[in-house]
Amino acid sequence: MSTKASEHEDRPWFLAHHFDTVGQQVSSAKLGMWLFACTEVLMFSGLFLAYFIIRQLYPEMVLTASEELNKTAGGFNTIVLLTSSFTMALGVRAAQTNNNKALQRNLLITIGCAIAFMIVKYFEYTAKIEHGLLPGEYYSALEHGYMLPKYSRVFYGVYFTMTGLHGVHVLVGIGVLSWIYIRARRREFSSENYVAVENVGIYWHIVDLVWIFLFPLLYLVK
Amino acid sequence: MSDDSKKSQSGAQSGAQSEAQSEAHKPEPSYLTAQRGLMSWVVTIDHKRIGLMYLTATLFFFLIAGLLAITLRTELFTGQQDFMSAATYNKVFTLHGAIMVFLFIIPSVPAAMGNFVLPLMLGAKDVAFPKLNLLSFYIYCIAAVMLILTLVLGSLDTGWTFYTPYSKTTGTAVIMATMGAFVAGFSSILTGINFVVTTHKMRAPGMTWNRMPLMVWALYATALIQVMATPVLAITLFLLVIERTLSIGIFDPAMGGDPVLYQHFFWFYSHPAVYIMILPGFGIISELITVHSRKHIFGYRAIAMSSVAIAVISFVVWGHHMFVSGQSELAGIVFSFLTFVVAVPTAIKVFSWVATLYGGSIRYTTPMWYALVFLWTFTIGGLTGVYLGTLSIDVHLHDTYFVVAHFHYVMVGGTVVAFLGGLFHWWPKMFGRMYNETLGRISALLVFIGFNTTFMTQFFLGHQGMPRRYYAYLPEYEAMHQVSTIGSWILAVGLFLVLFTLIHAIKYGERASSNPWNAVSLEWHTASPPIEHNFHTTPTVTGSPYDFPEIDKTGKH
Repeated sequence: MSTKASEHEDRPWFLAHHFDTVGQQVSSAKLGMWLFACTEVLMFSGLFLAYFIIRQLYPEMVLTASEELNKTAGGFNTIVLLTSSFTMALGVRAAQTNNNKALQRNLLITIGCAIAFMIVKYFEYTAKIEHGLLPGEYYSALEHGYMLPKYSRVFYGVYFTMTGLHGVHVLVGIGVLSWIYIRARRREFSSENYVAVENVGIYWHIVDLVWIFLFPLLYLVK
Repeated sequence: MSDDSKKSQSGAQSGAQSEAQSEAHKPEPSYLTAQRGLMSWVVTIDHKRIGLMYLTATLFFFLIAGLLAITLRTELFTGQQDFMSAATYNKVFTLHGAIMVFLFIIPSVPAAMGNFVLPLMLGAKDVAFPKLNLLSFYIYCIAAVMLILTLVLGSLDTGWTFYTPYSKTTGTAVIMATMGAFVAGFSSILTGINFVVTTHKMRAPGMTWNRMPLMVWALYATALIQVMATPVLAITLFLLVIERTLSIGIFDPAMGGDPVLYQHFFWFYSHPAVYIMILPGFGIISELITVHSRKHIFGYRAIAMSSVAIAVISFVVWGHHMFVSGQSELAGIVFSFLTFVVAVPTAIKVFSWVATLYGGSIRYTTPMWYALVFLWTFTIGGLTGVYLGTLSIDVHLHDTYFVVAHFHYVMVGGTVVAFLGGLFHWWPKMFGRMYNETLGRISALLVFIGFNTTFMTQFFLGHQGMPRRYYAYLPEYEAMHQVSTIGSWILAVGLFLVLFTLIHAIKYGERASSNPWNAVSLEWHTASPPIEHNFHTTPTVTGSPYDFPEIDKTGKH
């Protein structure tokens, strides 16, 4: 009736002391990650709400100001992130099927895509800063020859806040993906023990998902 | 109610007890003595030790914020300025509120007491993510340091709500304070995720959802709110920080933003947060009432489900903080109605507790005294909440002492009283020592008298128009302010007596047996204090946690 944790020999090395079975550990880790994913979505939803309220208050301003964003760069980044989500999913599959080589390869491509995304973002930000399309009191578009409607600064405030917070998540993603990659190189993962890969995958898909909404709302208003 | 849980009675939850005792030939060291040295505490992942560290930290901040409150009340003894300037008074009440809310009440019951009892009650060895649990404690410590740093950086005078546009323009350390609250929120989220997963995945064999102690239900509902509401606070405070540093203009009318949007954001978190503060208190009271009246809880499922119902409804009532903010009349009416709705599950709980007492063999232990105090004070707090939620009345009482009295009746008369009762109830389990019952009862009496003297008068003051957050007032309010101040001193004496009694118990108390209250739930079926891994054998549950053998179990008394 009671499952005593005395059979220490039978316990795999990755099973923590307070769990009875691997199944319990895996399902706990997954549930925890999904809850964390919910908190991420809720946190961004606050920003989306702020965006919609600004857009409802000043629809014309948002239309005009968003025209200054670089649709090509945004579109390129969307493709990059979608690709990385795909390779991430392939990586999880590789871990499940004990294909460590494919896991490492896919993780590397995913990290590469994430870095590419940040590089494009860097050039986009630089362009905005040079043209004075900045939030709040740093807004100086007029001096740079832009005739944008009143309160355009609020749009750039929202733009920098949303993409900035998303960018921070991409950087964190690069960090955790690298950590998983190092563990994969140490051959820690197998078809029995891959929940860490899967959880990082969930995180990465959330980062991707947020961008899927950010891109049309900020870049493709018209 | 709870009919199915009564079918199997003889075994109940005590199956584990005999088994555990038969195997425990050699006494295993308790979690307090299993490992020694400072490092064994600093890097511990044992939920009981983390719970105790949380308890120490939250009690410390309770003391600090309590002393600030006494300072405020003492300044208010006369209508003129005594020893605080208006600016100092603003800073002191802001710190009192911010520390009490973010560093004491929110983590007190869930993180401190919940950490200790949740895995024990579920029959688990630990929470689902022990390392995350420790991380959450250290994040809380960082938040505490940041909030204390605001003192050095010029303090804070916005009130704990950080309302815009004032919080944007004031010269005080808003950024450090909001970042502190932001970080405290992360600690809260991590604890919440941990508890939800623990409740789902770590229950002992046989512990079905309907056999969980009501404390677990309450902690579970609280954890759900923590997970769902706190991210919105995080983003709100993040936006406020950006507003102050880059003035992006979302909340600033001068830049084209909307300051009322901040209030919506803030209360979308902070109203559910009120239930983060009170729900675990409900859980404690459910345990105290049933264990100390030796009778099966009345309406088990109704109490369990009402916790979840409160968690859900709490997300749609935030507008009742904003009746005079200029939100639409329709929104006001809807929020007023929804506020009435949230009173229904709360009332179900209170009636169920009273029905449990009816016909039970009530033992007048200190925890029971606190539970009875709670029934008084919380009911007054709850009913005045409905009164305040009435649209037409709130317009008159908004920002008066009536509101102050109402939320202190809920937060102090509710949560703190439940917390104290819970401390006395689980103290023998935590430290293996009994406290002095006489001192405990006197403390309960002093808290009751002091609390009601302090805050009952504030209902009358508020009704007569005394606005909140003022350091000086008109002479006609002086008499009642003085009564209130004297009450706060009595309350302080009562609380210091609690501290003395509990510490005295650790040093000189009698050794407690593993089950001094003859309770049924699992935490009482291991040694006091528990061994490091909680149970020698994973317990198996066969019945309700409230089947008291020596008492009438029909519930038709």
